[in-house]
Amino acid sequence: MLSYVLRRLTGLIPTLLVIVSISFMILRLAPGGPFDQEQTLAPAVRANLERLYGLDAPLPVQFGRYLSGLARGDFGPSLRQRDFTVRELIAQGLPVSLTLGLAALFLAVALGVPAGVAAALARGGAADHGITAAAALALALPSFVTGPLLALVFALHLHWLPVAGWQSGAPRYWVLPVLTLALPVAASLARLTRAALLEVLRAPYVRSARARGLSGARVLLRHALPPALLPAVSYLGPAAAFVVTGSLVVETVFGLPGSGRFLVQGAIERDYPLVMGMVIVYAVLTLILNLCADLIYGWIDPRARSV
Amino acid sequence: MAGSIRAPARSEAEAPARAGPWHEAAQRLLARRGARVALFGLALLVLLALLGPSLSPWAPESLDWQHLARAPGFAAGHWFGTDRLGRDLYVRTLSGLRLSLLISVLATLVSLLIGIAWGALAGYAGARTDALLMRTVDVLYALPYLFIVIILTTLFPRGSLAVLLVALGAVGWLTTARIVRAETLILRRRAFVTAARATGLTPLAVLTRHVVPNLLGPVLVYATLTVPQMILFESFLSFLGLGVQEPRASLGNLILVGAQEMESAAWLLLIPAGGLVLLLVCLNFLGDALRDALDPREH
Repeated sequence: MLSYVLRRLTGLIPTLLVIVSISFMILRLAPGGPFDQEQTLAPAVRANLERLYGLDAPLPVQFGRYLSGLARGDFGPSLRQRDFTVRELIAQGLPVSLTLGLAALFLAVALGVPAGVAAALARGGAADHGITAAAALALALPSFVTGPLLALVFALHLHWLPVAGWQSGAPRYWVLPVLTLALPVAASLARLTRAALLEVLRAPYVRSARARGLSGARVLLRHALPPALLPAVSYLGPAAAFVVTGSLVVETVFGLPGSGRFLVQGAIERDYPLVMGMVIVYAVLTLILNLCADLIYGWIDPRARSV
Repeated sequence: MAGSIRAPARSEAEAPARAGPWHEAAQRLLARRGARVALFGLALLVLLALLGPSLSPWAPESLDWQHLARAPGFAAGHWFGTDRLGRDLYVRTLSGLRLSLLISVLATLVSLLIGIAWGALAGYAGARTDALLMRTVDVLYALPYLFIVIILTTLFPRGSLAVLLVALGAVGWLTTARIVRAETLILRRRAFVTAARATGLTPLAVLTRHVVPNLLGPVLVYATLTVPQMILFESFLSFLGLGVQEPRASLGNLILVGAQEMESAAWLLLIPAGGLVLLLVCLNFLGDALRDALDPREH
């Protein structure tokens, strides 16, 4: 298992290098520089600015500098947020984003898997129809629609929760963002679990377990459920990627001081080092979460480890 | 390119002769009530997007100073109300719907062109070329594509529709390329391809005239599943302020404005959001039904 983990970890390095090179090349080869938008600068001022940020060196040198900076955890200075390095901005926002994303993943599992099991057990009944319809609806609603709608109902009309904001992480401020992010993932998990459990319940070994006189609960928990959870586990990787991109929207909707906001802001203001730093951080996050999902899968199903 | 643009017409012309499985699939699709309702809803939305704006006296960007932020109603002639600047929401929602549909369909076409060219080349050339091209696809698959789109939209003047199309198309072609390659690998061994080669056609001519027209079926089905994806991406980017820009309306930036103003004018959020959700539900339903109708295990 340990060698499997190591192998998978080293496998991430080439992908990361590709991400870094692609985003660096796209950003540097594109027309238009970071200082184009302001009023025309005097040539001397412009030259000074470019020297300050190292933009006067040839491209390969810039790339080399950037890579060696990355290796030391240095993403360079932000071009727009004066006096801040990209690393400081990321360090400010990332804890908020991480908490948001992990909380949403946990909530999605806690909601989605039991709902899927309940639907499968009540197949064809009212509970099944209700859960299936709710899941279809949650999947069709993008988070930039769900978020404002939830805020409209629970904050503006019912006054149960605050509309937006953060207030140094008071729990009331977390409820709506986490729910918004978790709902579509929970819906996918419910669908996957329902379909897999229905299939497993028809399998001969479940019938023979019942025939041996085992109680319904025991058959479900010991025999049927573990294999029925595999599709849900393998969905955790894509779910993590979904949560990472979804957090961009949720942070914007609810005004959370997370790092997704910096990415969007940086993209609007053409703050290249900030955008690159954020893309790299988010790519690493997605890859690591994907890896975790694969590891859980390999832990449950040893056959998957050989791949 | 000329060959692949001509190709759909060819395959349609040939379709009746060997329509068997496709014809059956279409019948199975229409036999479902859900699929019929979704198809009807989609047709209605497309029709509204195309013709709806001309039914109203207002233009999407014209300001009506008499009626600022007016709630929906018939009295003032603003059926869906107006926004804070007095722009008619009915016209803006429908023209936003039109723009979102246009962008997503064109972006799907862009991704189709890249995917078909890439996959067909890989599958037909085989050996090293195949390995190189498909490895590239594998690596790109691992990248968080939405971030690549964000990077691309950062670079160029914002609001340029061409950039949006290319950025969306550039991330959507990977699966198409895989499907096309797999089909090409099968077709390559078929007798009619060998015959075409034996008559001395250039590889390009064999590909565009004999291989590509024959693999368009499954690819077009996949493309219909791509459209809702593209609608989502487009509105996602526009919602974040990176896609379509004001004063032009798209569903995404209308929802953004609606979310900012929902405290005083909830209809600004509810109407465009309702339109987007309706569109997505119809497309998803249709996609699911289509997949079931084509799934050989289902019947």
